[in-house]
Amino acid sequence: MSTPFVTLTSVAAPMLEDNIDTDIIIPSREMKSTGKTGLAGGLFAGRRYRQGREENPDFVLNQPRWRKAAILLAGDNFGCGSSREHAVWALAEHGIRAVIAPSFSPIFAGNAVRGGVLPLRLPREAVVALAAAGGEIHIDLPGQKVAAGELSYDFAVDAEAKAMLIGGLDAIDLTLQFSDEIAGWQARDRAARPWVYDIVSPSNG
Amino acid sequence: MPSLFDKLWALHAIGQTPGGATIIAIDRVFLHERTGAAALKSLAAAGRTVADPRRAFVAMDHIVDTFPGRGDATLMKGGTAFITETREAARAAGITVFDIGHPDQGIVHVVSPELGIVLPGLTLVAPDSHTCTQGALGALAWGIGSTEAEHALATGTLRLQKPPTLRVHFEGELAPGVTPKDMALALIAAHGSAGGQGHAVEFAGSAVRALPMEGRMTLCNMATEFAAFTGMIAPDEVTFAWLKGRRYAPEGALWEQAVAQWRGLASDADAVFDREISMDASAIRPMVSWGTSPAQSAPLGSPVPGFSGAGERAGYDKALAYMGLAEGQSLAGLAIDGAFIGSCTNSRLSDLQRAAAIVRGRHVAPGVRAIVVPGSSAVKRAAEALGLDAVFRDAGFEWRESGCSMCFFAGGESFGAGERVISSTNRNFESRQGPGTRTHIASPEVVAASAVAGCITAPGDLA
Ligand code: SF4
Repeated sequence: MSTPFVTLTSVAAPMLEDNIDTDIIIPSREMKSTGKTGLAGGLFAGRRYRQGREENPDFVLNQPRWRKAAILLAGDNFGCGSSREHAVWALAEHGIRAVIAPSFSPIFAGNAVRGGVLPLRLPREAVVALAAAGGEIHIDLPGQKVAAGELSYDFAVDAEAKAMLIGGLDAIDLTLQFSDEIAGWQARDRAARPWVYDIVSPSNG
Repeated sequence: MPSLFDKLWALHAIGQTPGGATIIAIDRVFLHERTGAAALKSLAAAGRTVADPRRAFVAMDHIVDTFPGRGDATLMKGGTAFITETREAARAAGITVFDIGHPDQGIVHVVSPELGIVLPGLTLVAPDSHTCTQGALGALAWGIGSTEAEHALATGTLRLQKPPTLRVHFEGELAPGVTPKDMALALIAAHGSAGGQGHAVEFAGSAVRALPMEGRMTLCNMATEFAAFTGMIAPDEVTFAWLKGRRYAPEGALWEQAVAQWRGLASDADAVFDREISMDASAIRPMVSWGTSPAQSAPLGSPVPGFSGAGERAGYDKALAYMGLAEGQSLAGLAIDGAFIGSCTNSRLSDLQRAAAIVRGRHVAPGVRAIVVPGSSAVKRAAEALGLDAVFRDAGFEWRESGCSMCFFAGGESFGAGERVISSTNRNFESRQGPGTRTHIASPEVVAASAVAGCITAPGDLA
């Protein structure tokens, strides 16, 4: 269960470079506990802090204007690299609820939806125009529209991701509603592909 | 007219959700100690159980120590808790753990194929982006997040939108000394690190068919560096011969029955793909990366290229500044401080054999720190049986226990800031191998030759 996402109005911090990877979003060394929380401090740590963990005033999220931004504007292939879901957890914990970019790493996009963060795809020109406008951006997920002042864009989102974000739904609960179908399918599959199920050599060391 | 991917998809499609996703059956789940505890603890906290623990496995690879005589202690601060909590949670859930000290311990994408846990026609997921490696056996294998891992463990399924398909043809014969690593880098350099955007990629063509099994894994390994959903290669006699007799592979009549089914797992002659790309395999040369994305790679003999016009100019300048390089500078001959042979890309026995053949009777250049980390404990034993450990040690390499090691920086060991490292790994992102470390990725052959020469060098150019 994540916080439902319906509409969002916020300024948007511009980070328009391409290939912002998950190690930039949260360096591996910042994943200090085995849980899913306590990660916001590690968000963009390599850029947000200087030596001695002093804030770097040049970093976009440290600038007064963007400190509370709930939207990020980014370049191509956002969230590439390691599949670590901590990238999404850290963004969400910091208060980022949507990332607008021309493209996303497929693993990141899936993680984002499950973590209540909207991965919103717009053409590069639109992302650049939104960054240039600089003001508040309004995202309407049910209507699939992004607006800022004069600018207005429609965006595509798959129905499943949309429903899960709007409802803050837990995918496991939704899938368990199909338990009977899954069990029936497995019984048939077990007959067709017994080697998938008959694990010959379990060993525990 | 279905493609290999279409067949794998149809074989596992259980039903449609109202939201238009497909419920896909998951045959195998692999976890590792970096995120395994989080997934298993969260699952238990929600009062859920693992649907079929016999089809789930845990590798201890990401942050474990790779020094001889290791235990649960690791150089990563707080890292021991990841190891012990993952172990405890896995045992409580009844999941097999390839633990530290276990003969089957190793990097997840090395261990799973070598034990025959991944098989042609299976779906396999792991919370690790390089899970696509295992598509080399004709499986549908892809990286997921840990919440999705919980979903797969609890339900035996995942909800998925069907990705578009892309076939990459490598036609022609590779020149001597050109490896699957060079094929992957050449592809990504030509089409960009977002070139495979979300596609299920099938690698095909005469150069792919000619690859041995381990080389196919190297090629599929880097599908994620191409932003693909996954990579895969149709299984064939090479695959079956390589798999037969592996511990978790089916035996006897079941093996025959399985192979009969696997033979059908090839794209039909008239299969339709959303996109197709062709690469001339004979034109590929040994590659090395010069920037901070695998797309920023070039043939070893060429200079650092100028700005290509793709993406932002600032990104190009930043990459060169980070790498301490200038446009037009020669890549061959660039002095290195470190050399690393390892990772799920290039740490299998054949990788080590080819690298050892280059360093045999030679010595690592003064001032270069050179390390070999076998991909699995089984690879390590097999290499030692062939005397490769002695070859590497005599040449001045460190010979380590198996694991991910310095493929990525988890807060423990690194080569150091500003150090220039030639590495058989898959990612040259900023600080991937430690804050400020400058990584050049290349084949194990180029890493071995460069370690000996003390500068980036093609094996053929060694004195
Ligand atoms: S070897 Fe490197 S790329 Fe492969 S799984 Fe380990 S950390 Fe990831």
